[in-house]
Amino acid sequence: MSGPVLQGTKEPTTRTSERRRARSRPVLALGLLAAVAVLLLTVLASLAVGSGDVALADVLDGVFHPDLGVKGQLIVQEVRIPRTVAGLLAGAALGLAGTVMQGVARNPLADPQLLGVNAGASVAVVCSISFFGFTVVTQYIWFGFLGALLAALLVYGVGSLGREGATPVKLALAGAATSAVLTSVTSAVLLQDRESYDRFRFWQLGTLTARDADVLWQVSPFVVAGAVLALLLGPQLNALSLGDDLARGLGQRVGLARLVSALAVVLLCGAATVVAGPIGFVGLAVPHAARLITGPDYRWVLPYSMVLAPVMLLVADIVGRVVAPPGEVQVGVVTAAIGCVPFIWLVRRRKQVEL
Amino acid sequence: MTGTRLGETPDARLADAVRTVARVRDRGRRRSVVVVAGLLAAVVAVFAVSLSVGDMVLPLGTVVETLFGGGDGGSRFVVLELRLPRALLAVLVGVGFGLSGAVFQSLLRNPLASPDIIGISAGASAVAVTASLLFQVSGLALSGSALSGSMAAGAAIYLLAWRQGVAGQRLVLIGVGFGTGLSSVVWYVMARSDTTDAQEAYLWLTGTLNGRSWGQVWPLLTALAVLVPLTALAARALGPLRLGDDAAAGLGARVERDRLALLGCATALAGVATAAAGPVGFVAFVAGPIARRLVPGRGAALPHAALTGALIVLVADLGAQHLLPSVQLPVGVVTSIIGAPYLLLLLARANRGGSGG
Repeated sequence: MSGPVLQGTKEPTTRTSERRRARSRPVLALGLLAAVAVLLLTVLASLAVGSGDVALADVLDGVFHPDLGVKGQLIVQEVRIPRTVAGLLAGAALGLAGTVMQGVARNPLADPQLLGVNAGASVAVVCSISFFGFTVVTQYIWFGFLGALLAALLVYGVGSLGREGATPVKLALAGAATSAVLTSVTSAVLLQDRESYDRFRFWQLGTLTARDADVLWQVSPFVVAGAVLALLLGPQLNALSLGDDLARGLGQRVGLARLVSALAVVLLCGAATVVAGPIGFVGLAVPHAARLITGPDYRWVLPYSMVLAPVMLLVADIVGRVVAPPGEVQVGVVTAAIGCVPFIWLVRRRKQVEL
Repeated sequence: MTGTRLGETPDARLADAVRTVARVRDRGRRRSVVVVAGLLAAVVAVFAVSLSVGDMVLPLGTVVETLFGGGDGGSRFVVLELRLPRALLAVLVGVGFGLSGAVFQSLLRNPLASPDIIGISAGASAVAVTASLLFQVSGLALSGSALSGSMAAGAAIYLLAWRQGVAGQRLVLIGVGFGTGLSSVVWYVMARSDTTDAQEAYLWLTGTLNGRSWGQVWPLLTALAVLVPLTALAARALGPLRLGDDAAAGLGARVERDRLALLGCATALAGVATAAAGPVGFVAFVAGPIARRLVPGRGAALPHAALTGALIVLVADLGAQHLLPSVQLPVGVVTSIIGAPYLLLLLARANRGGSGG
């Protein structure tokens, strides 16, 4: 019953073709530099584009030596810099978390949405709004963090019950099942409580606005810690992708690698949820794009994902600012609605979706 | 295989082997029939309970009498107008989702490939929510838009996944991506609407049987009367297709045509069920795995999955009506809350590695 999507087992023939596609180290390093350059350009665009015309000179001054008396520089300082930083933090976190999840679950579908982490954050936010009457984002976001953590632990715990421990299939199914239960609890609470529902439906969309600088400062240590852990996991994920038995044979401590991965994912997903709300799809799509460039080596897929995901998130945010004036479309809507097009193209292009 | 014994001819050994195989097959068949009978009995029992329990508790005798034309005016109204259509609808919706999910999962050989995950339900939701919130569509037209949404999503996913044939895992991946895009549209439309309207749309999205009557039963019954036999007919190709495309083609199956027929039936089943009750969560997802666990080694176990789906929705709707006094939960909330832990239990008890599902 369990198909290749869940098992991720590879035929010997696919392996050799992957080898052929793997690029040499200098090329990959140059590519990463190019990706960083694109990211810098995106950051600049994110600072420059938006409602309220700001001259480019004011943008640069607003960043480096702001004069808050000038309206344009005030906008840059108060609105666009936090928004851009939020995009960088949330994007890097989502890209890395998605990659680690897909590697550990050996499943190209794994992402925070499918593995129940988003649902955990949502249910905690809803309960905090509804039961404690929180109204300000800075109050309930920490519940989002806690919810993501508990949901991840639950999924991992349930997925590792039974004799053979956490197999990819069981993780994916446990994630989908847990997600369904938590979503139902969310619905049950919201359907009884009109006011909470009204707040929740905006939070659910995911947005980079309305996060003040304090929150970003508080969250960034979590992102940094999670990112360091995730980037160190490259060799372990490479071994895990060969299957548990082979990984053990190569001297990997499979259980430990999974545990560290889970820790990294919780830190990263929780932080991303705190910063931007439950943004789906970035964690799913970006690792696929990164693998297309790098081949299957996780030591390269991870840094590429970390750079490409903020590019995707910031571009989506910029598009959302200009696409429907005078209002804005929330970034979560844009990533999913626009992001699914290149994703489908990617999936179609490849003969087989490898990990 | 025992060694050759003295005085035993090859013919006798062959006959012995044939008998063994037949015995094992018989055992499987017997178990399958017993499970069907058990599920059917459970469905009938819960059905009876749901007709008799409520604000006004009617003894089973009165219920039966009323069903056959007796009873006083009050019990006639309660049983025939309020409870019977709702219970019937629960059964039909469950059959639709259960069957649809089992076909998708076994056809695409992936336990995650149920219509709620690969974007079919998201298509129904996107069109229905947009129609009701932006164009104030309601009633049967709303059901129609849900059905057309699911069919359009199914067709789009199939076409997008087409590349000299449709491979299971490409279809699942594309379905998940497409579905995510569609659900973000749903959330966006809801965020832009008036609170009351959005609240109502949210209730529909959860899946509910509240306030349903004969008006929803007849269209669904008609649709299932057509679709279930069609699915049964198409499902004869399921056995070969489960072996993989090459093997199936070798066995003489016309792989792409058979798969299209099955996908069409499964999409339509999910669509008509969604049109009647909204995208009731999780029924399509769990009915198949539970049914297969009840009759191991019997392939897709479609009748079992259909009955399992019916049982889940019936029990869930009974719970949704009476679990909390004064609160009418939507059935979709309860299906997930009772269905998911059961799936998790099955997972936890699965002993063979990687076979969960």
